Amino acid sequence: MPETGHDHADSIDTPSVLSAAHFGALLQAIRNEGYTLVGPTVRDGAIIYDEIESTQDLPIGWTDEQEAGHYRLKRRDDFAYFGYVVGPQSWKKFLLPARRRLWSSVRREDGGFTIEPEPLPERRLAFIGVRACELAAIRTQDRVLMEGSFQDPYYRAARQGAFVVAVNCVSAAPTCFCASMNTGPKVSGGDLALTEVVSPERHYFLVSPQTARGQAVLQRVEHRAASDEEQDEALTHEARAVSQMRRKLDTEGLPELIAAAQGSAHWQRVAERCLACTNCTMVCPTCFCSTVEDTVDLSGQRAERHRKLDSCFNREFTYLHTGSVRESGAARYRQWLTHKLSTWHAQFDSSGCVGCGRCITWCPVGIDITEEAAALREAVDQS
Amino acid sequence: MPSTLQPALAEHPFLRGMTPEALALLTGCAKNHRFAAGEYLATHGTQADRCFLIRKGRVALYAASAAKSVIVNTAGPGELVGWSWIITPYRYRFDARATEDTLAFDLDGACLRQKCDDNPALGYEFLKRVSIELGRRLDDVQLRLLDVYGEPDGG
Amino acid sequence: MAVEGFVPQDGSDPMVPEPYRIVERRRETSHTVTLALSSAGEVPTRAFQPGQFSMLYAFGLGEVPISISGSTARRDRLEYTIRGVGAVSKALCETPVGAMLGVRGPFGTAWPVAGPENRDLLIVAGGIGLAPLRSVIYQVLERRSHFGNAFVLIGARTEADLLFRDEYPRWRAAGLDTRVTLDAASGSWKGSVGVVTSLFPNVEVRPNRTVAMLCGPEVMMRFAAQALRDKGLSPHDIYVSMERNMKCAVGFCGRCQYGADFICRDGPVLPFGRLEDRLVLQEV
Repeated sequence: MPETGHDHADSIDTPSVLSAAHFGALLQAIRNEGYTLVGPTVRDGAIIYDEIESTQDLPIGWTDEQEAGHYRLKRRDDFAYFGYVVGPQSWKKFLLPARRRLWSSVRREDGGFTIEPEPLPERRLAFIGVRACELAAIRTQDRVLMEGSFQDPYYRAARQGAFVVAVNCVSAAPTCFCASMNTGPKVSGGDLALTEVVSPERHYFLVSPQTARGQAVLQRVEHRAASDEEQDEALTHEARAVSQMRRKLDTEGLPELIAAAQGSAHWQRVAERCLACTNCTMVCPTCFCSTVEDTVDLSGQRAERHRKLDSCFNREFTYLHTGSVRESGAARYRQWLTHKLSTWHAQFDSSGCVGCGRCITWCPVGIDITEEAAALREAVDQS
Repeated sequence: MPSTLQPALAEHPFLRGMTPEALALLTGCAKNHRFAAGEYLATHGTQADRCFLIRKGRVALYAASAAKSVIVNTAGPGELVGWSWIITPYRYRFDARATEDTLAFDLDGACLRQKCDDNPALGYEFLKRVSIELGRRLDDVQLRLLDVYGEPDGG
Repeated sequence: MAVEGFVPQDGSDPMVPEPYRIVERRRETSHTVTLALSSAGEVPTRAFQPGQFSMLYAFGLGEVPISISGSTARRDRLEYTIRGVGAVSKALCETPVGAMLGVRGPFGTAWPVAGPENRDLLIVAGGIGLAPLRSVIYQVLERRSHFGNAFVLIGARTEADLLFRDEYPRWRAAGLDTRVTLDAASGSWKGSVGVVTSLFPNVEVRPNRTVAMLCGPEVMMRFAAQALRDKGLSPHDIYVSMERNMKCAVGFCGRCQYGADFICRDGPVLPFGRLEDRLVLQEV
C-alpha cells in the first residue's frame, strides 16, 4: 500500500531502538527493497537533498544557523546525523522537479506529427530525513497534483513509489513556526518515524514504523524494543524543538482577515523592501506554480515541451496580450501571501503554509511572512 | 398644438417622472420635428438655440476635419441630443445629423432657458437630467479612450 | 455553472495534446480567423459546451487557450475563432486547411444556457468576446421558443472589426434582437457609436427573468455588469467570461488564479456576483 498521508497504519507495538551504528544497515535494507536513497548532504555551504550512498553522505556533525535573511552551516559538538533543521531544498525537488520534459513530438512525412508522452519515472525513491513540516508540505502538494479532478501522472508515480523515512526535529531554528501551522514538530506519517538521540553517552534512533512496509524494512535490521527510559529521553529531545520555537503565526480567522486586507496600504510597504527575486517561491515546499517551454530542434522535425517551475513574483507570470496583470511588486507580494494564507483554504481545504520558515531564511532582505501577517492583522483591526 | 404634445412628452424617457406643472411649462417650448436621413439637426459652431429628444430613428454627432468626418457618438430613441443651449456660450460643439429618418421633439433653447430662469425648480430638475446624460457621455468617451478591444499589432 | 470539461479517465497525462486536423479556415477580419478542427487520432472529436475552451498547440511554437465558437450540434468539428495577437495565435491564424494541430480540452465552465423556460436572454459581447457567445447563440437559435426576449448586443472597435457580420441577418430573422455599436466610425456608418453599454437604454431588461452573459475586455464587462445591476439585475444572473494567463488549463500551473478561483477550472464563465469584490481591485 503506498503511503497516502491520510491512512497510514497505526504504530505497530512499542517503538524500537536502532543504534547509530546500525543506521547504515537500515539504509541498505531500504536500498535492498529497490529504492534509490535520497537524503541530506552538505554541498556548497548548505544542507541539500540529493542521492546518497551511505551514512557517510549525511551531514554528520553539522547544523544550520538560521535567521531572517541568514543561513550558515556550523559544526556541532557531536556527531548527530540529522542535527540541522531544514535547508533551502525540499522534497519537491524529486516529486515536482524544477524542469521536466512533458512530451516530445516528431513530424511525420505527411506533415502531421506524433506526440509521445514522457515515460513515468522508473526509479523508486526513498526519502531519508523528512521533517514533519515537509511531510505536511508533501500532503499539501498531493491535493494540488493528484487529488483533484486532474492528476499529474509523474507526480503520482513518484509520490506513490516513494518510501518515506521521517525524522523528528529535536531542535528548532529561530525561523521555524510549524507549531502555529499545526504541522509539527512531531511527525505523523511516512513509513518509518525516527527520533535521533545524541548524548555524550550514546547515539541511537527511536524508530516507530508507520506502515506495514516500514515495519518490514525494520525487521531486516538489528534493533530491539525501546526501554521506558529510552522513550523518555527521545520525548525530551522532541520537547526541545517545541520549547525552542519562537516564531508564531496567529492563524485565527486568518483566511478571512487576509481577504479583508486586499485593499490595505501595507502591501506597498512590503513591496518597498521586496526585490521580487523569487527566492521565497523557490524554497517554499508547497509552491507549485509553473510555466511551459516549447522547443524545436534545428531540423524543425522534433519538438518538445518542458514544464519549469515558475514564480508569481515574475512579471511574465500574468502576462496577457495587453501586459502583465500584476505589474506592481505590491500586487505580486499580495498574490503570494494571499494564496498561501487565504485562498489556498478555499482551493485545497488547508493552508498553503506549513511553517518551515524557508521563505524567511532565504529572503535576501529578511521579509518575514509571520511579521507581515501580523502587520496585516493590525491594519485590518485598526480600519 | 402644445396641449396635444404634453402626454407624448411625458412618455419620453428623458422627461419621465416630471411633474405635470413642469411638463406644461416645457410643452410651451416644444414641437414635433421630422428629419430625413442625412438632414442636419445642428451645425458645429452655430448658435445653440435648440435641443432634441429623439423619439424614433438615430442621430450621429460628427467631428469633421478637412480630410474626413468621424462619428463621435450616436443617440437613439429616448435620448437627448444637444445640451449646448444650457451652457454658455450656447454654441453647438458638433455636427448632428440624422443617419436614418428621425422623429424628435424639438425644444426651443431660448424658451427653455427663460422658463428655467423663471422657475429654478424646473431649471434644477432639467439640469439634473442633462447632467446624467453628460456623465453617461463622459463615461462612454473615457471607456473608449482605453481602447479596450485593443490593437492586435500594438499589444 | 460547474461543468466538467475533458478529464482523462485512464490516468493519462492531461498535458498531452491530441492530434486534430484543420478542415476549414475562414478569415473573419484582418486579424481574426476561424478554424474548424476534427480529430485526427483514435479518439473522436470531443464534445463541448458553450463557453468552454481548448489549448491549441502549433508544432514547436507553443500552446494558447482559445474559446470554442462553433455549434454544439456539429459533433464532427470544433470551431475556434482566433485573434492573432502573439506568436502562437498569429501562427495558428496562418495555418492552412489540412495541417495538424495539437488540442487539449475542452476545459472549463459553460454559459448557463440550460435553465428555466422562457427566460429573457441578454448577450453582451465586446470584440473577440463574441466568439464564445456564438456557441450560445447557436443553441438559442435551435430552441428559440424556449426563451423569452433575446438580445445580442455587440460592441466592436470599428466596422472592419465586426465578427460574424454576415450571420446577423439570420440571427435577427430568427428572433434574436441583434444590435451593434462601434467605438469609432467614419461618416458613412449608419449604426450606433458608443461603448456597448450605450445600447442598454433601449433594451428592456426584466429583472428576475433575465440572464445576462457578458464576454469581452474585463473593463467592458465590469461597466456592463454594473449598468445591468443599475437596471435591477441580480449579480447572480449576470455571467462573465474571464481571461488570465494560462499554461496548463488543468489547475497545475497556478497562473490563472483570480482570487481563490482558477480561471481554467472554476471558470472561465463565472457569475458576476462571485467576482464583484475582486473586479473593483487592481492587479488581482
